[in-house]
Amino acid sequence: MRPLIKSIAIICVITLVGFSASRVQASSEGDTPLPNKTWHFDGALGSFDKAALQRGFKIYKQVCSTCHSMKQMYYRDLTGLGYTGDEVKAIASEFTVMDGPNDEGEMFERAGLPSDHFVSPFANTKAAAYANNGAVPPDLSLITKARAGGPTYVYSVLTGYEETPHDMEGKILAGQHYNKYMKGHIIAMAAPLSDGIIAYEDGSPETLEQYAEDVSTFLHWASDPHMQQRKRLGIKVFLYLLAFAGVMYATKRKVWFDKH
Amino acid sequence: MASKDRQPFDNPVVEWFDSRLPIFTIMNKEYGTFPTPKNFNYFWNFGAIAMVMLITMIVTGIFLAMQYTAHEDMAFDSVQRIMRDVNWGWLLRYIHMNGASFFFIAVYIHIFRGMYYGSYKKPRELLWILGVAIFLLMMATAFMGYTLPWSQMSGWGATVITNLFSAIPVVGKPIVEFLWGGFSVDNPTLKRFFALHYLLPFVIVGVVFLHVWALHVTGSNNPTGIEPQTEKDTIPFHPFYTIKDTFGLMVFLLLFVLVTFYKPEIFAHSDHFVEYNPLQTPHHIVPEWYFLPFYAILRAITFDIGIPFTDVVFIEAKLGGVLAMFGAVGLLFVMPWLDFSPVRSARYRPAFKKFLLFLVFGFFVLMYVGAETADALLGPSLESKIPFLGFVNHIPVVKDIPMGYVGLAFTAYHFFFFLVVLPYLSKYEKTKPLPKSINEAVLEKNKSGA
Repeated sequence: MRPLIKSIAIICVITLVGFSASRVQASSEGDTPLPNKTWHFDGALGSFDKAALQRGFKIYKQVCSTCHSMKQMYYRDLTGLGYTGDEVKAIASEFTVMDGPNDEGEMFERAGLPSDHFVSPFANTKAAAYANNGAVPPDLSLITKARAGGPTYVYSVLTGYEETPHDMEGKILAGQHYNKYMKGHIIAMAAPLSDGIIAYEDGSPETLEQYAEDVSTFLHWASDPHMQQRKRLGIKVFLYLLAFAGVMYATKRKVWFDKH
Repeated sequence: MASKDRQPFDNPVVEWFDSRLPIFTIMNKEYGTFPTPKNFNYFWNFGAIAMVMLITMIVTGIFLAMQYTAHEDMAFDSVQRIMRDVNWGWLLRYIHMNGASFFFIAVYIHIFRGMYYGSYKKPRELLWILGVAIFLLMMATAFMGYTLPWSQMSGWGATVITNLFSAIPVVGKPIVEFLWGGFSVDNPTLKRFFALHYLLPFVIVGVVFLHVWALHVTGSNNPTGIEPQTEKDTIPFHPFYTIKDTFGLMVFLLLFVLVTFYKPEIFAHSDHFVEYNPLQTPHHIVPEWYFLPFYAILRAITFDIGIPFTDVVFIEAKLGGVLAMFGAVGLLFVMPWLDFSPVRSARYRPAFKKFLLFLVFGFFVLMYVGAETADALLGPSLESKIPFLGFVNHIPVVKDIPMGYVGLAFTAYHFFFFLVVLPYLSKYEKTKPLPKSINEAVLEKNKSGA
């Protein structure tokens, strides 16, 4: 039995190495590796800080949402940030939604409701491209899953605007910008955040880093809204199976007692 | 069937039923008293584990299908709706998408078990072939399932794989257009893939039934590879293996649960979360991990095969790659005839054991190569991905070996193993003496262990 258990263990290790290897994204020459950043929601019990989520949403609403849609989100989802039902209604009603047709067959505008999707800044991708120099701002509903590095990637791009280095001069066209962490270092989006552009009411520092951290947290929540529920359920399921495996092992020992 | 020599049951309801349809008798015969070699190790758990994973996939899949919309404009959003708004939808989908990976883990270990202990040999050839058929059906099902979320990886993965058929001379292109239902991966492709993804699992269930039936005709192989001779060699399936399988299953499920709840996207590429855009090719198209070794074999053939120093080409590189890939799997079907050694178990075949373990090593190397970009070099690749092998990047010449050559070398070994090593060893290998019986082997081991 021993050598077999050993070989199983070896296979497991090799396989895990294989998986982690395949997970690492191919980084072409010159890409800057993302910084090592830890998040408060990491770990088996990590949960979202609701104050950070609300600050992050404020940044999305005031800055990002002028160009970026979040098509998968409903205003009612915002109760997950700790807002009450009435607060969500108030937030939704700030937006204008096209509805209809009414009984007369006409489309009409009305104030947003919690059951509405987040209102997109552009009517369609053509309009988005036309308004943004040909580059369509990506939808942010899933952005931390849709980019290798997740929230750390978003944080890094938001804080990665620097002076164009000498070897990149001339490669960056009008309407483009240098970004340390962007693939190829060229990004169409101008630096969206800088110190002090948004007022925080809870006394958090009004710095670029804090803004980037908060909005990345919010976007990660939006990508994975059931994270907390998932982690809490996971512990219960794991402990149940562990106990059951223990019982089964004891039973097996007893049943097999004189058979070896 | 066994109605004549049926033992009556004490319970009148069971007896009434069983005398009309002897399901209880059959279950008792096949899963109760079924004589099973008493020396199974934990490798023998993976058949039962694979069965549980198949059922898990079908059950979660049916519920997902109730919420999923197979339409190019709605598929991606409907999956997001499952993840966000459907009650427990996220749990169903995470179980389903990681369940596919764990199903393949179980089946790969199960296949390895069959190879290591010679379970494919006479009289179990048909049992083995049915198993390979299940593996092929699983690959087809998994590939089509991967298309359904209609992400960048879905659409482009489907484009790459269906395009393989275009390598077939003359009829290639019509075949691909027939598969697509049009001139590119499009709405008709999605809809037929969904229909087939729902159908094939039930075909798998049918073949699994035949697989288990064949198993119960020949009986199980065992780690010694010798057949049970007396009652001392066997024990009833229940309770001994029902308990042992349940314990093994629990350990397996613990790993499955860890991934499903804490790293649910560990197997998924980030481009799997971007909606499919037929006008924008991703930087790097990679299949799921369980296809990577075969993907590496496909990409290993980068040269035309013909008469050297002339322009005569028999097999173009693309077709060569496709043939190599299908050949690599196809060899499994004829394995029982390529290996005709009278000794089954690798325990008593020292040379076979080494070559087989190297084949497994090659499988993992090919998995690694399959995940790499086409122009990657050995040294930099290892340095960035497996840090403790980073020293390779400081060895001149070796560090500049293209990963494609590594893939080609292990592809060659794969074929060498099946076509040369197996027949050669069958004839010339010096095997170790076999124990007289399973019982004796068990007693011998207990003596040395204690």
